[in-house]
Amino acid sequence: MTTNNTDKDFVVFDHVQKSYDGENLVVKDLNLNISKGEFLTLLGPSGSGKTTCLMMLAGFETATNGDIRLDGSPINNIPPHKRGIGMVFQNYALFPHMTVGENLSFPLEVRKMGKSEREEKVKHALDMVQMGEFSGRRPSQLSGGQQQRIALARALVFNPQLVLMDEPLGALDKQLREHMQYEIKHLHENLGITVVYVTHDQSEALTMSDRVAVFEDGRIQQLSSPDDLYERPENSFVAQFIGENNKLVGQVASIKGKVASVKLDNGAKVDCLAVNCGKVGSRTTLSIRPERVSLGGTKSKNTTDAVVKELIYLGDHIRCRMEVHGNEEFIVKVPNSAGHKHLVKGEKTSVTWAKEDCRALDA
Amino acid sequence: MSNTNTVLASDGTSLKKSLAKSLRRQKIRALLLIAPLLFFVLLTFIAPIGDMLFRSVENNIVSDTLPRTVKVLSKWDSMSGQAPDEEVFEAFARDLKIAVKSKLHTKLGSRLNYEKTGISSLVRQTGRKVKKLDLDATPSFKDAFEKMNKKWMDPSVWQTIQQFSSKYTDGYFLAAADLTRTSEGIQKVDEDKKIYFKLFVRTLYMSLGITFMCILLGYPIAFLLATLPMRSSNVLMILVLLPFWTSLLVRTSAWKVLLQNQGVINDFLVWLGVIADGNRLELINNVTGTVIAMTHILLPFMILPLFSVMKTIPPTYMRAAKSMGANDFMAFRRVYFPQSIPGIGAGSILVFILAIGYYITPEIVGGTKGVFISNRIAYHISSSLNWGLGAALGAILLVVVLALYWLYDKFVGIDNVKLG
Repeated sequence: MTTNNTDKDFVVFDHVQKSYDGENLVVKDLNLNISKGEFLTLLGPSGSGKTTCLMMLAGFETATNGDIRLDGSPINNIPPHKRGIGMVFQNYALFPHMTVGENLSFPLEVRKMGKSEREEKVKHALDMVQMGEFSGRRPSQLSGGQQQRIALARALVFNPQLVLMDEPLGALDKQLREHMQYEIKHLHENLGITVVYVTHDQSEALTMSDRVAVFEDGRIQQLSSPDDLYERPENSFVAQFIGENNKLVGQVASIKGKVASVKLDNGAKVDCLAVNCGKVGSRTTLSIRPERVSLGGTKSKNTTDAVVKELIYLGDHIRCRMEVHGNEEFIVKVPNSAGHKHLVKGEKTSVTWAKEDCRALDA
Repeated sequence: MSNTNTVLASDGTSLKKSLAKSLRRQKIRALLLIAPLLFFVLLTFIAPIGDMLFRSVENNIVSDTLPRTVKVLSKWDSMSGQAPDEEVFEAFARDLKIAVKSKLHTKLGSRLNYEKTGISSLVRQTGRKVKKLDLDATPSFKDAFEKMNKKWMDPSVWQTIQQFSSKYTDGYFLAAADLTRTSEGIQKVDEDKKIYFKLFVRTLYMSLGITFMCILLGYPIAFLLATLPMRSSNVLMILVLLPFWTSLLVRTSAWKVLLQNQGVINDFLVWLGVIADGNRLELINNVTGTVIAMTHILLPFMILPLFSVMKTIPPTYMRAAKSMGANDFMAFRRVYFPQSIPGIGAGSILVFILAIGYYITPEIVGGTKGVFISNRIAYHISSSLNWGLGAALGAILLVVVLALYWLYDKFVGIDNVKLG
């Protein structure tokens, strides 16, 4: 039995830095521990360094500085083909000159596995992704979703402990993408493998992952579970990047325990949760989720006037753009439920939110 | 029945008709756009090839110059071992007299000379004498001709005339295949006169050798071109294209300077002490010279198709192979190389077909042992003026290339050829 420690630190990035030109760091001091069986997503805008991290783990890029450890041993100097890490590529990278079966049997052949064992494993892997009958087809004869499944099966067929996925669903349409998200999640749960998943699609990251690392500018901005990430963002980048967010800018007037009083730029004062706002007098950005804002309702300290600027009908809810505290881009989601008040453009109303739902973050 | 099935357009005509009508304008426009090119290709490519193919079997000269002789000679038994009788000689005298007036007899002589040496001078000499011959006052034409030249009594001369009296002949093709038609039928020519078969075989295996060398040298360069970062690959690309901007003659002459006995390479090797001064390498005027110079000249034609195919192979394939546990060599052999084969195919066809018809370079650096069949064709077209034989050799070359192309398609598949 492995000790609890290596289970927790299955993959370790220890002060890893990466630079391509010797002048700019693409990855700045990355520290990350991934435990066995975890589904970890690296999420971030393009150019944030997330794919570079994945490539360093796969061995296609070398870390300029720092250590990467896999199952306790450093892998910096181990070539990619000896790392035993499964990988799913963005455009699947299925070999066009081989059939599906040959594609799957390739990693087994290079491991010098016997023919009958190979066939059995290929069949098992294909059945696992419900593609059992497609063994004799060429990748070009398959649809995007089918190719995706084959790529998945090929990365899993040699039973790797760690599987890396580089935006594997990027080329699929929305419906298929959502379907594949569940399938990948189920495979992960059933096989108990560790998955490191790269995406720039935040909803994908939230639905699939155990933990999400939000990348920006070569750094992890926040590493936490999906619900924490959405409900308790630690800085304004994460708040802005994950989900929809209303921003109000102001200056910290006073802090009492966990509650900060912020003086907004238009002069109004708002109570909010002090998360990452610094000392009294420093600039801060307030973050409020649109669905946590209610129309009218009981008056409290955070109730304020609002003018309806635009209404967008979305079926289950109505997106309402309002002017609140001088911010014309303030979004409120009004549920389309029975008996709910319907707004009209130009109408003056009031909005309110709980102070726990208003987070004071860095400027 | 069919009427009920046709779909009608809104104005009642059949939809197919109105579609054709609406597309006709576009088709005419397209045709007009390519018309100049089509005309040019017809005039400068299809027509000359047709003319050449025709010339390889055409044989009007004998029947046109000697119409009467041909008619009566057909009754003569060529196996009799005797010269033909008086009637033939009389017809021949009349034909020849007319031919001499329009100076056609020299052409006839040189045509027949291809088949039997000596006839040319025989016809010229006789032509001069026939001029003075009074046709109405000649008692025996046979005797008169015997007096002019004893060779007219040789039945083989008449056999030749009889053989080539038809309007079309396979004589050029027989000659091109080192065969000759004698009174005993088609036979092989003497061993020392056999040149064409040897030349064809040499052309084929040297072209194959050149193609192979081009693959060997071109593949790594194309690989570098396709995988290096943009800036360095652009410089490399200019180096590959540089030969295209230099005259072919200059490049070939440069090889002459490099390869000759007292040339740069030999001098350098002697200076290094690798070879003795009296034992200089024979690098030019033989097969080696032709292969070296032609490989250099045709290399871009291998590199460019290879490069354009390799450029389309995404680097993730190699990464995927490595992530599955294949080392560099395995990933290359199993994943990269199979996908680059269409490029090898395209490059090989291009280089091979260009090589098989190459003329200038073998002419300059090939000496006698390193020349191609094309040099022989050029010799017949411009020096010996035996256009028929040149055309027959050309036609055979064309057929060989087409046959190889067909074989290639059968075994490799022309669909596997990609230029990018």
